[in-house]
Amino acid sequence: MDKTTTMSEAIARYVADGATVALEGFTHLIPTAAGHEIIRQRRRGLTVVRMTPDIVTDQMIAADCVAKVVGAFVGNSSAGSLGELRRRVEAGTLELEECSHYGMICRYLAGAQRLPFYPLRSYAGSDLPRVNPGLRKVVSPYPGPDGGEPEQVYVVPPVHPDVTIIHAQRADRRGNVQIWGLTGIQAEAVYAARHAVAVVEEVVDDAVVRADPNRTAVPAHAIDAVVACPHGAHPSFAQGYYDRDNAFYRRWAGISKDPERLKAWLEEYVLGTRDHAEYVAKLAADGTWDRLAVGSAPSGSIDYGRRLRKEHP
Amino acid sequence: MNTANPATSSELLAAVASRELAGMRMVFAGIGLPTLAVSLADLTVAPGLEIVYESGVCGAHPSHLPETIADAVLITGAEAVLPMASLFGYVLQGGRIDVAFLGAAQIDRYGNLNSSVIGPWERPAVRLPGSGGAVEVMANAGEVFVVMRRHDPRSFVAELDFCTSPGPDRARADGGRPRGRGVTRVITDLGILSRAGDGAGEELTLTAVHPGVTAERVRAATGWDLKVADALATTAPPTDQELRLLREDIDPDRVYLR
Repeated sequence: MDKTTTMSEAIARYVADGATVALEGFTHLIPTAAGHEIIRQRRRGLTVVRMTPDIVTDQMIAADCVAKVVGAFVGNSSAGSLGELRRRVEAGTLELEECSHYGMICRYLAGAQRLPFYPLRSYAGSDLPRVNPGLRKVVSPYPGPDGGEPEQVYVVPPVHPDVTIIHAQRADRRGNVQIWGLTGIQAEAVYAARHAVAVVEEVVDDAVVRADPNRTAVPAHAIDAVVACPHGAHPSFAQGYYDRDNAFYRRWAGISKDPERLKAWLEEYVLGTRDHAEYVAKLAADGTWDRLAVGSAPSGSIDYGRRLRKEHP
Repeated sequence: MNTANPATSSELLAAVASRELAGMRMVFAGIGLPTLAVSLADLTVAPGLEIVYESGVCGAHPSHLPETIADAVLITGAEAVLPMASLFGYVLQGGRIDVAFLGAAQIDRYGNLNSSVIGPWERPAVRLPGSGGAVEVMANAGEVFVVMRRHDPRSFVAELDFCTSPGPDRARADGGRPRGRGVTRVITDLGILSRAGDGAGEELTLTAVHPGVTAERVRAATGWDLKVADALATTAPPTDQELRLLREDIDPDRVYLR
């Protein structure tokens, strides 16, 4: 089945007002273009689930798409603050459900496996359980080490996004998604969700995927739509395709600090472009893609082998 | 010491932090001064040190100084790249990390850390990034080093506004069984605070001051009644070799040596 579609159709179909939307990619392969299309389609009341809510989250908040953020690190990497998120949290007008990186990972793991909770050795003594009642403590049903007192461990609840959107280097038309470099938490986030959209740098022939099945991070059975969108992870990066726009991350601290400047940026670069191709063309004018171009460092190739005889050995 | 071109505060912090890594094998590093400290240690006191980044990279061999913990230059040529569930679950929670670096907006006398908010969590005066992986690093690394560029009473506080990442005393009081010893070193622009981390109720103690800094000045810059070690040392300034490695090999563009 051919699942390729346009970004506009994928967002229209899978992101409804009030939906819980996971956008995943840890620093690498952040689905920015999908976030921008959500802004263009003026979705409202979303719960955004993202381990590290960052620039694209800040932009969606500023465009009034977001009612609640679920995450673990609400910063602009190490390049300063997310201005809009900070303003709204400090004013008490944006709901934040806060845990930690491994807490988010375990929420996706529980969600993907349809488990009621997932245990982890975090949070004992932290103030986080006080502000996030979802972080709860259970007593192990087994004796502790050396047969002693059973251990007490914190657990996190599953997360089941209505849709998870990930960005990847490539996929075939059916949605076998191949990722290399940092694979982050994408597979867990996809399996936790009811629907999943894969945005990719390029759609490739089946033979390309099947020549290297270990590279497939998410199989087609878990993907509903495939969207080809070159440079769709900017300002983050796609290993082997283009580098991270560190200068833009640094600029975002200044842009987002001033609400008027932030509004103007959204008008010009997101609402003022018809789609991501126009955004990409706009950035080409100031040499962005030349600046972010990367050289080649191909992987060594491996040999999967093939059986020579017709009968079983 | 290079008297013609004396060490900056950043160079001093990086050199002092690197020496604390002597004998370590697995270090969990962030970006900034820890990057420099770990790179310098690898070339001096801890050859073969394996650097693990929470993004999933193990055994990075970057061609350029990384700008983030997920920089593409950490991936190309690395020994391994793991999914984050494996990195956090098997490597960190599995107890493989000897020492980790953490930063914070506030630290208290027991080495509990706040990286979440200034003011009340519900209506913060300043919303900070939050835990990230810090709460799991504190619970699971063998020990934790904290590097603070500015030692002042706003950061070294009697009471945290919010405890993001608790040390082992707080964790045990809540029924936890933390694997590690919590914060054992705090390296600042004034000196070094230390905790052995092997007993309950143990406070950070001033064990060394940088050249020209008095214990009284450090105590005045600390928001609690800071204990001072009987045998207070003075840190050795960076050697010519340490300065040369930092300036010429590790950070020639002075990205973190600002």
